[in-house]
Amino acid sequence: MGEIVLSKVMKSFGGVEIIKGIDLTIADGEFVVFVGPSGCGKSTLLRLIAGLEDVTSGTIAIDGRDATDLPPAKRGLAMVFQSYALYPHMSVRKNIAFPLRMAGLPAAEQQRKVEAAAKILNLTPYLERRPGQLSGGQRQRVAIGRAIVREPAAFLFDEPLSNLDAALRVSMRQEISELHQSLKTTMIYVTHDQVEAMTMADKIVVLNAGRIEQVGSPLDLYRSPANLFVAGFIGSPKMNFVEGAEAAKNGAHTLGIRPEHIDVTADGPWSGTVGICEHLGSDTFLKVEVAGVGTINVRAGGEVPLHHGDPIRLTPQPDKFHRFDSAGQAA
Amino acid sequence: MATQASRTAGRLMLSPAVVLLFLWMIVPLAMTIYFSFLRYNLLMPGTEEWAGFDNYHYFFTDPAFWPALVNTLTLVIGVLVITVVGGVALAVLLDQPMWGQGIVRILVIAPFLVMPSVSALVWKNMLMNPVNGLFAAMARGLGLPPYDFFADAPLASIILIVAWQWLPFATLILLTAMQSLDQEQMEAAEMDGAGVFWRFWHLTIPHLMRAITVVVLIQTIFLLSVFAEILVTTNGGPGTASTTLTFLVYVQSMLQFDVGLGSAGGIVAVILANIVAIFLMRMIGKNLET
Repeated sequence: MGEIVLSKVMKSFGGVEIIKGIDLTIADGEFVVFVGPSGCGKSTLLRLIAGLEDVTSGTIAIDGRDATDLPPAKRGLAMVFQSYALYPHMSVRKNIAFPLRMAGLPAAEQQRKVEAAAKILNLTPYLERRPGQLSGGQRQRVAIGRAIVREPAAFLFDEPLSNLDAALRVSMRQEISELHQSLKTTMIYVTHDQVEAMTMADKIVVLNAGRIEQVGSPLDLYRSPANLFVAGFIGSPKMNFVEGAEAAKNGAHTLGIRPEHIDVTADGPWSGTVGICEHLGSDTFLKVEVAGVGTINVRAGGEVPLHHGDPIRLTPQPDKFHRFDSAGQAA
Repeated sequence: MATQASRTAGRLMLSPAVVLLFLWMIVPLAMTIYFSFLRYNLLMPGTEEWAGFDNYHYFFTDPAFWPALVNTLTLVIGVLVITVVGGVALAVLLDQPMWGQGIVRILVIAPFLVMPSVSALVWKNMLMNPVNGLFAAMARGLGLPPYDFFADAPLASIILIVAWQWLPFATLILLTAMQSLDQEQMEAAEMDGAGVFWRFWHLTIPHLMRAITVVVLIQTIFLLSVFAEILVTTNGGPGTASTTLTFLVYVQSMLQFDVGLGSAGGIVAVILANIVAIFLMRMIGKNLET
């Protein structure tokens, strides 16, 4: 139903290459997240799939059919925009019914589908309101409703949660995941937030400067990042990178150790001084200045009675080391 | 302002300006009302006496009154239609990315900066003149007889000139409104399968409604008092064909030296302007609410 195959897709704007040749297969029913820093081309890639931008070269096939030159409306995709892009002078009901109206569906059929979508998204009490009278989360749900009623081959989400506050973001994230579970439709989701990527995706595509750095399941990327970029991007707090003698001792140019894989011990091989200390209750994040190694972030479980300036000894877990060569690739 | 003291101080400091503005408005209005009830002719100084509603009676029964009223409304509505339709069209065009955008935008705004009497004279002598005008030359080039604009279609010619002057204003306001149109909304509609014209009618136009309302309200205020364009082109003629209420007031008080009658006409014009304003606010005022 919703298989999307990109081959050698390139896009340049006025001579500047934004997308530098992307090959990617998105299986039917998959939840794929494009993640990367801002300016990496993830939104552009989504817009290329949507048909809002024309590819410079390469092909896009949707459902086994070449869609490279199809206009957006004919691709059978539905998009949810960052700004929701609701029609401000139409009621919620009309907003959701809009794509059906454009498709020329009979009014009764339109109403039935709108009611069904509203029920899924808990929007029934708000159907007669205008978008301006709704909260951010409700507007987001209307935008999703407008996408659902089209029964598209795939949903495209362009940073849909970035305008919401932190608490709402978490609950909307779960709602979208649940929606994916019940609809089983292909979803492509663009975000710069690696937490969203880790929690929602079946498959994460890490993009950097117009190229794919790595494709894999969230835990694949966490366990075995292919290069320094992915290693630094996935995981929070960021992975520590150690170079020099300490790395050479372990047979690598750069040694990567995640903060959660370093233990605070009384007799550890690394001794240092505690810098900034963030006590969250469930975790304690420590920034430790280790002599001969550098600044190391440590995630200690639970409450740790340490403060700024305290001496500390650390033991990294050798079996959790990530080794990278001088080109930044995993060794 | 937070405290009681600062609020009081604020009011005190504002009051001179408010009082001045109030006097600025109320003194001429009161004097005009007073004059409109006097028999006050500049040719017979010292004979001013109370005339009651005579001036109003003469003004309403003046054979030029009804033509002037109709001409005023025709002028206002005609210019509004041309500037709003043309302004929307120009705003849509100018919103497209193109080479030389900055220069083109400045050129479009230029007519608004030319003073009315000058632009009316340019139109009269260089464009619409049946002997020397550009349009006459073009007509002759096509083998047609030249058209004498101000003799055959005086009011339409004035509407054209005034519309030319106000089109930049409408374009400017509507262009800024165009630029705040959410592009994602347009893209969403495109993905939903809406065509170009549908998007224009159902997204662009509703988005522009507030700006159009502002254009209509502001322009109406100024169009009700159009004067220079009429004075330098047709002088209200032929006959009363291009006489508006404003021009009629001028004729009566300045050419016939009848200040009392002119003042009565001025008050009628003020009342008419208020009626128009009430109608406008009823019809389109709701667009200004958020």
